[in-house]
Amino acid sequence: MRTDQLVDWLAADAPRVPRRAVSRRLVLALAVALPVSFAWMLVAYGVRRDLIEAMFWPMFWVRLLFGACIALAGFVVVQRLARPGVRVRGAWLGLAAPVLLIWALALLVLFVAPPGERTALVMGRTWRSCTIDIAVMSLPMFVGLLWALRGLAPTRPAWAGAAAGAMAGGAGAWIYAFHCPELAAPYIAVWYVAGIALPVVAGALVGPRLLRW
Amino acid sequence: MAKSEAELRLHDLFVRGLDGDAAAYRMFLQQLASHLRAFLGRRLFGWPDEVEDLVQECLLAMHNQRHTYQPDQPLTAWVHAIARYKMIDLLRARAGREALHDPLDDDLAVFAESATEASDARRDLAGLLATLPDRHRLPIVHTRLEGLSVAETARLTGMSESAVKVGVHRGLKALALKIKGAR
Repeated sequence: MRTDQLVDWLAADAPRVPRRAVSRRLVLALAVALPVSFAWMLVAYGVRRDLIEAMFWPMFWVRLLFGACIALAGFVVVQRLARPGVRVRGAWLGLAAPVLLIWALALLVLFVAPPGERTALVMGRTWRSCTIDIAVMSLPMFVGLLWALRGLAPTRPAWAGAAAGAMAGGAGAWIYAFHCPELAAPYIAVWYVAGIALPVVAGALVGPRLLRW
Repeated sequence: MAKSEAELRLHDLFVRGLDGDAAAYRMFLQQLASHLRAFLGRRLFGWPDEVEDLVQECLLAMHNQRHTYQPDQPLTAWVHAIARYKMIDLLRARAGREALHDPLDDDLAVFAESATEASDARRDLAGLLATLPDRHRLPIVHTRLEGLSVAETARLTGMSESAVKVGVHRGLKALALKIKGAR
């Protein structure tokens, strides 16, 4: 077929294209996935019983903020990677900064703690399940974002998959924080970060297969 | 960075096309095809036969993904990123990097040249079209090849008008996937 003819075809299939279609599609995916994940947390885990009391503790907010910041930065990065020719630039820092800050805080806490308590600060009481639980919480957002990306145009699929994993992992950590009884910074620095890293790695691995177009 | 004359002209046509101006969109696609032909031709000089196929594949991809373009972004960057992605894809499939001039350059010179002389594409798009299911194929055949209106096509095929429109749209996407599959 001649290229002129293809141009004719394509030009005839040209309805008005909605503006900001990329953000809309991502928001749509999250609007479905976030409630699912939140409901799963409520049903399968339940919010911590002392939630009202916990609201007066700074670490409760630090932990919520940690997940929320990663999720927000992840959204910005995914949104940029979904559009051909748009550079991510400084948005990567938004993903790295919360992790670096929580690591710094964890080192500070461990430094001032009596040596005998350091292990307990890192391991907490629920370390066995925390990482997997966060990864499970992130699953609906992970699937939703990959679905959204399949309708967009990521030219770097592995990075796009990893960024989707970071956004999903951050949101999963944020939701899990409503249930989780652990508040020590060293605990968050290890097990929360690991829980977010799982979907990031998964995204980087499946991206090149699932996000080709 | 000063914007090139081609960037300004194509950006204007494309944005009008995105707003539903079919005539502007058509001009945009025609000029885009010429630029792509020159850009890809220079980089794929080892395989002149591949150029027109790749031009068509890029056009189809850009059409199907045009919702990912935002008018505040330089059009050159968007077009270059897609052309580069499709070219690397082709090269991976062919796995013959040695025949390549300068494939992975980062300069954004997609609009630097223009070539209007199209050689015939080797790939038989019409043949691929024949392999699509009827709900995609018939709307494309009637509205594109035979020039019928949406309403006439709907009457002829017994589909609803919206099904015809959706069929064309989905059909073009399916066609892009077929191109990948045929490789």
